[in-house]
Amino acid sequence: MNQKGTSLLIEALKKEGVDTIFGYPGSYVIDIFDELYQQKDIELILPRHEQALVHEADGYARSTGKVGVCLVTSGPGATNLVTGIATANYDSVPLVCFTGQVPTSLIGNDAFQEVDIIGITRSICKYGVSVRNRNDLGRIIKEAFYIARTGKPGPVIVDLPKDIMLETGDDSYPEEVNIRGYRPVMTVHPKQLEKAVSLLEGAKKPLFLVGGGVTIAGAQEALLKLINLTGIPVVSTIMGKGSIPTAHPNYYGNIGMHGSYAANLALNECDVLFSVGTRFNDRITGKINEFATKAKIIHVDIDPASISRNIVVDIPIVADAKLAIEKLLELVKPFDTRQWLQRINEFKLSSSPMENRELELTPEQIIGKINECFQDAIIVTDVGQHQMWTMKYLEMNPHKKLLTSGGLGTMGYGFPAAIGAKLGNPDKQVICISGDGGFQMNIQEMATASALELPMIICIFNNSYLGMVRQWQELFYGKRYAGTCMRYRRSCSQNCMDETRECPPYLPDFLKLAESYGAYGIRVEAKDQIQSALEQAARNKKAPTIIEFIIGSEEKVFPMVKAGSSLADMIIG
Amino acid sequence: MKKRWIALYVENDIGVLAKIAGLFAGKNYNLDSLTVGTTEDPSISRMTIGLSSDDNTFEQIKKQLNRCIEVIKVIDLTNRPFYSKEILLVKLSNCSREEIEEGFRIASVFGTTIVDYGGDALLMECVQTEAKNNDMVKLLGDKFRSVKIVRGGSAAIDRIN
Repeated sequence: MNQKGTSLLIEALKKEGVDTIFGYPGSYVIDIFDELYQQKDIELILPRHEQALVHEADGYARSTGKVGVCLVTSGPGATNLVTGIATANYDSVPLVCFTGQVPTSLIGNDAFQEVDIIGITRSICKYGVSVRNRNDLGRIIKEAFYIARTGKPGPVIVDLPKDIMLETGDDSYPEEVNIRGYRPVMTVHPKQLEKAVSLLEGAKKPLFLVGGGVTIAGAQEALLKLINLTGIPVVSTIMGKGSIPTAHPNYYGNIGMHGSYAANLALNECDVLFSVGTRFNDRITGKINEFATKAKIIHVDIDPASISRNIVVDIPIVADAKLAIEKLLELVKPFDTRQWLQRINEFKLSSSPMENRELELTPEQIIGKINECFQDAIIVTDVGQHQMWTMKYLEMNPHKKLLTSGGLGTMGYGFPAAIGAKLGNPDKQVICISGDGGFQMNIQEMATASALELPMIICIFNNSYLGMVRQWQELFYGKRYAGTCMRYRRSCSQNCMDETRECPPYLPDFLKLAESYGAYGIRVEAKDQIQSALEQAARNKKAPTIIEFIIGSEEKVFPMVKAGSSLADMIIG
Repeated sequence: MKKRWIALYVENDIGVLAKIAGLFAGKNYNLDSLTVGTTEDPSISRMTIGLSSDDNTFEQIKKQLNRCIEVIKVIDLTNRPFYSKEILLVKLSNCSREEIEEGFRIASVFGTTIVDYGGDALLMECVQTEAKNNDMVKLLGDKFRSVKIVRGGSAAIDRIN
């Protein structure tokens, strides 16, 4: 009956199967850290910043399918989680974040390191709760894990006042959960599926659109069977990339702002769109009232609120992606899609790059080599141009995983998420593809990766600019590069387009940076150095390797749909 | 834009009201009135929410409310028979003798109660539907110089038949 709160917490974590916890200590969680010190089953990871901490837990969760667990102190420790919580919320990543809190007697006093973290995170998490009674602790932890991983997964915040954690009380941990306001969907409506099938059967140009829900549900195999059985072409969102092998003849790439030419045109022309696990974010729909105008739309999603929000659909199906696809497999027959596939293939051909840039170091060359060298890896991107290049050129197979901040588009996500992925998958090669800007947003994690002796490869695409914004400035803002040059010094002349002047050196020198953290650093400036750099990095088994790829500032991501335009209206380059 | 009514069963817990109000604010939904009180089960509160929206937004609002872990049940009262009343308190001050008499006449005709009276001021209590209270506010605003209004927001329940 009598157990300290801290001790119940650690026992609860073990019962939930937690083997890794991402924690940063402070005065209001020191007792929990003390409890962690006295056990051997859960490894404590110490990142160098709480924002990175939550991205690490996120990368761990996405790459393992387990719940990522964070433990931070009150006040600034908790507020530093905010960006990572929102990131996880947008991409439906299961996290449980424990935040320390001042003792209940001090709450509301503006005490040292007191913030209302439940209030702050209310609109960016799946659920948040403050423990106010020691005897509720077990139930609340149980519910937190259940809510985080079931239904549409998401982050849950549990605020732990110091006095509650020190109080002795009920030592039981419930076996079952019963939350009257939360009943995740566990079934699929057969009538709706039948309607969807009959709509598909009447289609001449059917198309599958797959989003992140397919990966979250683990529906990749079922999807592959469905594609093979029906012969229907398939396109994906950014979050859906990898749910079907990219080499599959029916796969035509991503749709959206930087989608492939063929995928966007196929979407524009299809007559029945069967979409699974996507919320039709504005970056994939382009101009809403010109989205798939010729199509009847079927939409499978586990979240009723995602259905008919942005795009009004004809047949809504509220269900888990895997369950829905498996049931669908029982109902569908092969379709004759030859003509339709041929039509999309024509789009594909008409968009082949004409340029002859064989000798330069281009993003395509780099990602091409990554494809050649690593058939079985976890690729984690940051946010920006390199992310879109990765979406365009990275080949995916069932052994590979791709992690990216799709919904929130959080710069600084990639590197810490890659650390989390490596911790969760020690035997897999983990490759972080980042820009020079995003990498610097959590650059301090070089210490974490080095201290944990994580052999991972960090590919920095260095174009000396915040490239994605620069691309918009070049195309739509008269080449006024406001706040995007990473070589800028205060002593630079106003007219920095003066080509006779040499730009100041880049800050920092990534090779020296790597060295100072006891990591490896390689700079690649020519195409013929890519492969040897990747091979050398793969041989480093005790520490991370930074490969800095020097690419041209003028490299752009194409095709591009201008924000608010129709998907068919692509800038090709 | 159409007037809508929702009855919402929620956990009677700290932060739940903030969660619901925050949802409306954060997603730019229009909230006209919100009342809340505990039900026959003290662990459950019931909210009555009056709002104006188009059809699509209203569907989304109901779904978003349902998504909240703390929300137990969402009932759309808009298209079903329901009984609702709002309390409206009105203080009329700086009244002339004629205005005081007019106040009493209005009260007797419109079925409101004078609950306090002294010198040049009247305190009126109106328990009516929101629409009738709107009319009352308009009428008093037109006729009196100093009108202070306190509105309670509607409470609503579905009818028996």
